[in-house]
Amino acid sequence: MTNEELNAIAKAEQESKERFEHEVCVCTAAGCLSAGGDKVKDALTGEIARQGKDKKCSVKGVGCLGLCAKGPLVAVESHGKKDKLYEGVTLEDVPAIVQTLEATETKGAAAAGLERSMDEPFFASQVKVVLENMGKIDPEHIEDYIAVGGYQTLYKALTEMSPTDVIGEVTKSGLRGRGGGGYPTGLKWSTVAKANGGATKYVICNADEGDPGAFMDRSVLEGDPHRVIEGMAIAAYAIGAHQGFIYVRAEYPLAIKTLKNAIRQAEKMGLLGKNICGTTFSFELHLRLGAGAFVTGEETALIASVEGRRGMPRPRPPYPAERGLWDCPTLINNVETFANIPAVIREGGVWFAAIGTEKSKGTKVFALAGSIVNTGLIEVPMGTRLRDIIFDIGGGIPEGRRYKAVQTGGPSGGCIPEQFLNMPVDYESLQQVGSIMGSGGMIVMDETSCMVDVARYFMEFCMSESCGKCTPCRVGTAQMYDILCKITEGHATLEDMDMLIELSDLVKNTSLCGLGQSAPNPVLSTLRYFKDEYMAHIVDKTCPAGVCKICSPAKEPVEVKS
Amino acid sequence: MKQVAQKPGRIKTLKIDGRDVAGGENQVILDVAREHNIFIPTLCYIEGLSVSGGCRLCLVEITGIPKLVPSCTTRVEEGMEVFTDTERLRKYRMMMLELIFSERNHVCSVCVSNRNCELQSLARRLGMTHVRYPYRYPKLQVDASHNKFAIDHNRCTLCTRCSRICHDIEGAHTWSTMGRGINNRMITDLNQPWGETETCTSCGKCVNICPTGALFEKGKSVAEMVKKPKSLPYLLHTREES
Ligand SMILES: Cc1cc2nc3c(=O)[nH]c(=O)nc-3n(C[C@H](O)[C@H](O)[C@H](O)COP(=O)(O)O)c2cc1C
Ligand code: SF4
Ligand code: SF4
Ligand code: SF4
Ligand code: SF4
Ligand code: FES
Ligand code: FES
Repeated sequence: MTNEELNAIAKAEQESKERFEHEVCVCTAAGCLSAGGDKVKDALTGEIARQGKDKKCSVKGVGCLGLCAKGPLVAVESHGKKDKLYEGVTLEDVPAIVQTLEATETKGAAAAGLERSMDEPFFASQVKVVLENMGKIDPEHIEDYIAVGGYQTLYKALTEMSPTDVIGEVTKSGLRGRGGGGYPTGLKWSTVAKANGGATKYVICNADEGDPGAFMDRSVLEGDPHRVIEGMAIAAYAIGAHQGFIYVRAEYPLAIKTLKNAIRQAEKMGLLGKNICGTTFSFELHLRLGAGAFVTGEETALIASVEGRRGMPRPRPPYPAERGLWDCPTLINNVETFANIPAVIREGGVWFAAIGTEKSKGTKVFALAGSIVNTGLIEVPMGTRLRDIIFDIGGGIPEGRRYKAVQTGGPSGGCIPEQFLNMPVDYESLQQVGSIMGSGGMIVMDETSCMVDVARYFMEFCMSESCGKCTPCRVGTAQMYDILCKITEGHATLEDMDMLIELSDLVKNTSLCGLGQSAPNPVLSTLRYFKDEYMAHIVDKTCPAGVCKICSPAKEPVEVKS
Repeated sequence: MKQVAQKPGRIKTLKIDGRDVAGGENQVILDVAREHNIFIPTLCYIEGLSVSGGCRLCLVEITGIPKLVPSCTTRVEEGMEVFTDTERLRKYRMMMLELIFSERNHVCSVCVSNRNCELQSLARRLGMTHVRYPYRYPKLQVDASHNKFAIDHNRCTLCTRCSRICHDIEGAHTWSTMGRGINNRMITDLNQPWGETETCTSCGKCVNICPTGALFEKGKSVAEMVKKPKSLPYLLHTREES
């Protein structure tokens, strides 16, 4: 594959696209698929043929369009411009939508009700880098990706840049790992690049995505798999690896299917395998399926799992960059980190560094969930105000209820109360208020959520996902969970509360891996901002939000010291 | 992670608890501390076996590093300033011991290892007088299907010494762990009764290295089970010779 050939494919795709006046893009990513997106796609294809419009209109399946909870979603592009977006499309709506396709001026009455204005903040306030192709290309066809400039960056890196140049560009971009830790990507790459010259090296893409409520990585893999493959190939070139693994959880069947297909296509076109793009660089890519344990997302546990052992973390150092897969230097990055790479190399590190804040560069993809109008997938520049994400893009809290907190970072993160709504969302600011960026889950909670119950839920998650290797996490999380249950059941005393705080401190500071070290965070952050709710359960034996069933009402009035 | 038998390497000088000490660059803090008679509590570490880093009893403080580090996996470095016995560490160690005791059913007075148990002596040495955390009283079994040995899961600390000696030294790979978190448990082969495993050679290494009364020889009564953990260095030594 040479640049000319890539251009030829891109041109042919473009031309075949231009033959059609309208392109109907149906979201067939997991969210919309479960709502019947594939059936809507078939119905649209049939209806277009029935109305004799198949010479003018094409139909294709695309990745996530963002408003996942409103699926199935259908986007229409007319004459090369984004035109309309329909939500909640049922099979009955199909004829009306097809009718509307031609009558550009007078909108079909039936379909109009499903239409979403594209000027809404949900669309207007987002900045798409990672998701730039999402909902535009058909993930099943590599030509579609090539048509939007795909693999040209890899070609550029291989033919015009040295590995050092590539790492330099990534370092300049200021990109930080999107897997949770926020470690500078350029620094990690150069460490692996420098590790014992000549030794075999590996690249691993971490697609374990175990946080409850998170689906960013899955969506990227389902909607734009080649982007991740291209990013990995560039990384392999930069650090001198010839083999790579994508570790995906087995609960993501669609992502796995899409990836398998994408790898096969890329191999066929000579974009993976031996002598990529006619250069001396070779890179083989394999898939590894994980059984879906949260802890296998931790890098050393993931490596153990790829090697075929039980996915348990081991002490670091040595870090994988020094001794990783089969004791060889290994680069391990998150899906979204790799997905940023083609844009960084194409537009340059300086361009990337201009987005975001001083220390947090670029954009971040978030999965909005919980009590929020626009549940779904969004991408915003780092440093965007929390309020703008939740109330403008997210559309606020449904049914006029009151905002209480947003949980970021999943089971390792914390709950952010109302007084911080104006804070910028970046690594440092989130840490300051006791939460973390994590991988990008945002669960919004309103006044009907009990914060003690929320803490109990996350502790239960950590307890059952703990691998059991180290004492504080194995036994500590179980004891903490028991205390939280006691509180929500109304049996706890103030001594229990002290013990909870003491255990939080122990588990955080003595656990072996990040799971245990961050397991107390939901407790600590709810204690910090919602202590009154804990007190209400313990002292007054009531649950202010009315969530917990407190079975034993206080026998006699409890004296509260003022 | 396999611990490769290494020469101590170049000499590094460091401070442990204010004392000037020297150790080889390939040595971990714990080894150097022991060579200088500085006590650091351990449960999972055994010299000569691959390291686990799981019990967390051996954590120490190092000046300039905000996190506590396990002395059994951290190599010494020039100029390092290590503290092994601060108030914070004493508090955490005590809590961890209490958690281990609360996890399973330790009734010393009727245990085969009573007075010959590393866990018990640690508790005594660190001054543990009672356990503040609620006992969990799990319902666990005793597997006595092996003709010579038995495992009482009620006394297991999940230190994985048994599985490491069985892998690293005997090469039988009989032991492994099953279950997540608090449901973690040692198993033989693919969770068959020990007596029905195909891999166990009945060498008894696991029994002798087990720090508690969890693994014992059949026929031993209360307080009769005396372990021989010292046989490992001897074994390793003779192997090197041959
Ligand atoms: C308990 C635990 C779970 C993790 N899960 C994930 C995950 O699902 N995906 C991920 O990319 N990183 C996860 N990580 C972080 C990884 O260990 C690692 O830091 C990351 O993959 C590095 O990639 P990055 O530098 O691109 O962020 C997890 C860490 C811990 C401690
Ligand atoms: S902190 Fe938890 S998950 Fe991590 S090694 Fe320890 S027991 Fe396993
Ligand atoms: S194993 Fe040790 S601590 Fe446990 S009951 Fe036996 S003697 Fe006591
Ligand atoms: S007796 Fe020997 S072979 Fe059998 S489990 Fe114990 S260490 Fe392994
Ligand atoms: S049986 Fe003994 S050696 Fe094995 S894990 Fe339990 S306490 Fe450790
Ligand atoms: S899955 Fe269809 S919009 Fe996200
Ligand atoms: S002895 Fe170091 S962690 Fe157990």
